[in-house]
Amino acid sequence: MTRWFNMQAIYVMWLREMKRYIRARSRIIGSLGMPFFFLIFLGTGFKNFRSPHFPTSVDYLNFVAPGIMAIVLQLGSMFGGMSILWDRQFGFLKEIMVTPVSRISIVLGRTIGGITTAVLQSLLFFCVALFAGLKVPSIQGVINCLLFMILIACAFVNMGLVIASLMRDMQGFSIIMNFVMVPIFLLSGALFPLQELPRWVQYLCYVNPLFYGVDGLRFSLIGISIVPVLLDYIALIGFCSVMMVTGAFLFNRLDID
Amino acid sequence: MDAIYTDHLTKTFDTITAVDNISLSIEQGELFGLLGPNGAGKTTTIKMLSTLLSPTSGSARVWGHDIRHERDEVRRSIGMVFQDPAVDDQLTGRENLDFHARMYGMNKMTRSSRMQEVLALVGLEDKADILLKNYSGGMKRRLEIARGLMHYPKVLFLDEPTLGLDPQTRYHIWEYIRNLNSKQQVTIILTTHYMDEADALCSRIAIIDYGKIRTVNTPDALKNSIGNDLLQIKASDLDLLAQELEKQEWVQGITRFDSCIYAGVRQGEEKIPLTINLAQSVGVQVTALSIRKPTLEDVFLHYTGKTIREEEVSNIDRIRARIRTNRRGGHS
Repeated sequence: MTRWFNMQAIYVMWLREMKRYIRARSRIIGSLGMPFFFLIFLGTGFKNFRSPHFPTSVDYLNFVAPGIMAIVLQLGSMFGGMSILWDRQFGFLKEIMVTPVSRISIVLGRTIGGITTAVLQSLLFFCVALFAGLKVPSIQGVINCLLFMILIACAFVNMGLVIASLMRDMQGFSIIMNFVMVPIFLLSGALFPLQELPRWVQYLCYVNPLFYGVDGLRFSLIGISIVPVLLDYIALIGFCSVMMVTGAFLFNRLDID
Repeated sequence: MDAIYTDHLTKTFDTITAVDNISLSIEQGELFGLLGPNGAGKTTTIKMLSTLLSPTSGSARVWGHDIRHERDEVRRSIGMVFQDPAVDDQLTGRENLDFHARMYGMNKMTRSSRMQEVLALVGLEDKADILLKNYSGGMKRRLEIARGLMHYPKVLFLDEPTLGLDPQTRYHIWEYIRNLNSKQQVTIILTTHYMDEADALCSRIAIIDYGKIRTVNTPDALKNSIGNDLLQIKASDLDLLAQELEKQEWVQGITRFDSCIYAGVRQGEEKIPLTINLAQSVGVQVTALSIRKPTLEDVFLHYTGKTIREEEVSNIDRIRARIRTNRRGGHS
């Protein structure tokens, strides 16, 4: 029997993701463009915007930067998880699936690779945001921030994997993009205070994992949050676990044709 | 122990039976060919044997391991070269091999020494550090063969190894395949729809069509089974002549195709006058008559009632239908 936890296989799957990430330099720069322009133009355009839902000492740029960081993480990790569809299209998934490596290890390798690239990507954005005027957080804030980044990435890599195992090819990608990814970040509180939304929409936000991610990141970086930070951790860890188990289960019964 | 043993192996996708009750045994050290048109069930068979698809019914053993219950042992015993490229073209040749070796748990020492060996075997030593996206089709295929051998498999599956390659590259690949089989003592199972490939390479061939094995034998025995010589006859009344020929004991087999009759016979030269006399005696005019050695193409025609080229065309619809049902069938 093979060990279900195959360290070397997990490592080499991760290594492959890293090599591919580093070699796609234009993609790294390209995907920083949108969040950068969001930050600069929204931050400048709403410079004098104040809301009763955050302290007057916090300007909109500082309010929105953790939110955009969460969106960078969400999109990056979901693409990462869904990239098995490309592997499938280009045949490489067959090469992976025919090896004597447990499916759990394959999912883990993929997840850790996806988390690393998404976190690297959002750290790059973090540096950009510091230049743009984000206040430098405390050491404790940075540690919390890193933990939340990893949890958000883990949740959405696995969500991407789940979606990818239910799809045959990239055909339905724009539907996923517009009806799953966009509502998730619009209803996460990343761009505006959710308290302004009607009550029933707010309930919807409470089942949105990215809501807890944004809340946690905002707590870490600028010290304001809607729910207790412990609840943010619990909700994200819970969502991660559900997604990982579902992802591993679906991946396990994937037939390769 | 057989290298491969299948017992009524069957795979159905919704309403289509892709592989229909295949029972085969392949010995260790064989270079075995599955010959059939596209959509005949060759790839599905190989995917079941390599644990990528689970069979609907029946069972199979690969190097003594059950494909349902001992998947990891099966996976460890086999190497696989897929029909379509299955490489990461953002990685170099060496990195692709390294990825593979680590997935099979090889340690650093064996990894690097084996890598040199397999690269030399397919003549890619000096191209090993180039990104795969800059490889030609033939180079990719050679790298995939090298990769399939990295972990010292007992059985190597080659799914259409020369599909889409130019003639020169094909002959090179054939050489590599022959070498592997004879010098490295790897049991090889290859699928192909090229008659010449099966004829040139395989020690035994199974002709497969509509998911069923029609016949299994050595290429020579297959050709002899339809007669040492083949008479190709055109005549004014094919039906009548075919009917009359069938009654003759010196005719081993009759195949009607297009506007010709193919009759398998022994000592073909002597049968030419007999045929003409027979035709005249029933009032049929022979318009053309030629004699040649049977090829695998004739064997295929004999066992399936059609040529493989004709199959290609009608198969496009079959494949399309199959892809559609696969999509609808989801992951069942």
